[in-house]
Amino acid sequence: MIVRIFNDRQYRLDEHHYEPLNVIDDAVVAAVDAGDEQQYRAKFDELLAFVREHGVPVGDEDLIGSDVLLPPDDFSFAEAGQEFTGDGLVPDPADA
Amino acid sequence: MGLGGRMSNTIKAKLSRVLDKAEDPGETLDYSYQKQLENLQNVKKGIADVVTAKKRLQLQNDKHQQAMLKLDTQARQALSAGQEDLARTALERKSAIQTEMQSLDTQITELENQQQALIASEQKLRTKVEQFRTKKETIKAQYSAAEAQVRISEAATGVGESMAEVGMAMQRAVDKTEGMRARADAVQELEAAGTFEDLTQIGGGGEDDIDRQLRELGSGSQVDSELERMKAELGTGSAPAAELEAGADGAASAEKAPQEEREPGA
Repeated sequence: MIVRIFNDRQYRLDEHHYEPLNVIDDAVVAAVDAGDEQQYRAKFDELLAFVREHGVPVGDEDLIGSDVLLPPDDFSFAEAGQEFTGDGLVPDPADA
Repeated sequence: MGLGGRMSNTIKAKLSRVLDKAEDPGETLDYSYQKQLENLQNVKKGIADVVTAKKRLQLQNDKHQQAMLKLDTQARQALSAGQEDLARTALERKSAIQTEMQSLDTQITELENQQQALIASEQKLRTKVEQFRTKKETIKAQYSAAEAQVRISEAATGVGESMAEVGMAMQRAVDKTEGMRARADAVQELEAAGTFEDLTQIGGGGEDDIDRQLRELGSGSQVDSELERMKAELGTGSAPAAELEAGADGAASAEKAPQEEREPGA
């Protein structure tokens, strides 16, 4: 499984890491839904830390797609809220 | 996956729309590459826009600085003329502008960092696009149509994600700049209304919207102490102020005044 963290790089994770990763990700979403900024910060940081701890960095010269894309470290609580309610924050990558 | 899943799906949907436009692998390759080059141009243009906006904000901050000096002078003049209310209004406006300036300074610095990061990302992206160009020739030469299609999608997705990454960073920088500009414009309106051409006109007049807004900003104690300091400098004494204020606040600020003189922004 390939995970990209924006403003960082891609990481290769073993398939068995998907489940624990998903659990943390769900906690991030729950915190956003509950309007709990402190919990969001803690869980989101944990999410990125998990990928960096268990993942093996993919070389810059490898051109491969990711299975999961994660926002950058400084992704704010307000931005996370927008990601779920609005059209999302990610601009068109190709037809921009 | 919630947060990550939404982002992934959004980007993949957009990428596949682009890739689906071409039919055979060779065409897909060339089309993707062409799109990548266009995007690189857009990134370059976007960075230039951020730089321009940042410069404009810096200019606005320079104007704020001038307006503060002018308001300070006007407060002194008003006080010399015995118009304490007018002096207070000028100092309140000065204080509001000062607060905004400090916030703008911080944000301009942040924007500068983001700009540097964007330039680095653009370089990285340029390298990726170059890799894609090399790879597409290899794929064209080595693989059957069906397999080439798979490998092309993979490579194009990899580059496309990098594009999205830079695109998002750029969008955030632009959003931030726009927010800052709106604020700076608002402060500039304050300046326009706040620097008085004719001191006598405003002296006894009523409160306008801006006066009320300024009062709400709660810069009262800072203004009080500055007023006391000016009075001391002008030799008008603090007795009349004590009567007017009739509060412990004014007296306390007056005692601290000499110390605060060194750091008016504190």
